[in-house]
Amino acid sequence: MITLTEAPFDPGAALNAFSAGRAASGAVASFLGIARGQAGQACALELQAYRGFTEKEIGRFAEAAMGRFQLDDVAIVHRFGSIGPGEAIVLAMTAAAHRREAFEACDYLMDYLKSRAPLWKKEHGPAGARWVEPTARDLADLKRWD
Amino acid sequence: MARVLLFGRLSDVAGWRERAFDAASLSSLKALIGRQGPELAQALAGPGVQTAVDKVLVRGDAPLGDRQEVAFLPPMSGG
Repeated sequence: MITLTEAPFDPGAALNAFSAGRAASGAVASFLGIARGQAGQACALELQAYRGFTEKEIGRFAEAAMGRFQLDDVAIVHRFGSIGPGEAIVLAMTAAAHRREAFEACDYLMDYLKSRAPLWKKEHGPAGARWVEPTARDLADLKRWD
Repeated sequence: MARVLLFGRLSDVAGWRERAFDAASLSSLKALIGRQGPELAQALAGPGVQTAVDKVLVRGDAPLGDRQEVAFLPPMSGG
C-alpha cells in the first residue's frame, strides 16, 4: 500500500499495476507530483524519510482515508533521497465505486502528504540549500477537510 | 546506550544524523545532547519538535531502556 523508494520509479507502471483487476471498483484516480527545477540541475530537492516510521504514519492516514471516502483501495509511492528536476516525487492512487470519492480521496491524501507526512524537505536553489516547512497555502489546503 | 537519530534541520545544526548516548530518560538525553552546543539545545527545544521512541511518538518525558531508538523530528515538511 505504501512504498518508499530512494530510486526513481515508473509512475505509468505503478498506475497500471494498481488499475489491474478493478472491474468491481469502476473508478481509479491518481495524482503525480513532479520535482520542479531547472534542466541540468543535479538535484532539485532532497527528502529525508525515517524508514519504518514514515511508511507507518502515511499508512495510518491512508487507512483513515479508506474509511472516510469508502475506497476499495489506496496506494502511495513516495521518493526520498536526492530527486532531480522532472523526476516523479509522489504518486497517490485511489480506487472507489464512483469517481467523486476517488478524486476527493486523492486530493485529501495529497493535502496530508504535503503538510503532515513525516518527511523533511531540503530545496537546492541558486542561493544554496534550505529546509522547507509547509507553506500557509499547504496548511490552508489541509484545513479544508476539518 | 540509546541510538539517537536527528532529522531535517536538527541534523544540520548538530552536524550528525545518528549517534549513541547513555541516558536513563528522554529529559536527561535531551540535556546530554544539548551540552553539545546552545544552538542544538535551542533547536531541540524548538516549537513543533516531536520525539519518537522505537518509532512511536511520545509526549513528555519517558524512561529509556538499553538499545532503544530515539528520533527527534522537527516540524514535518511533507513531500
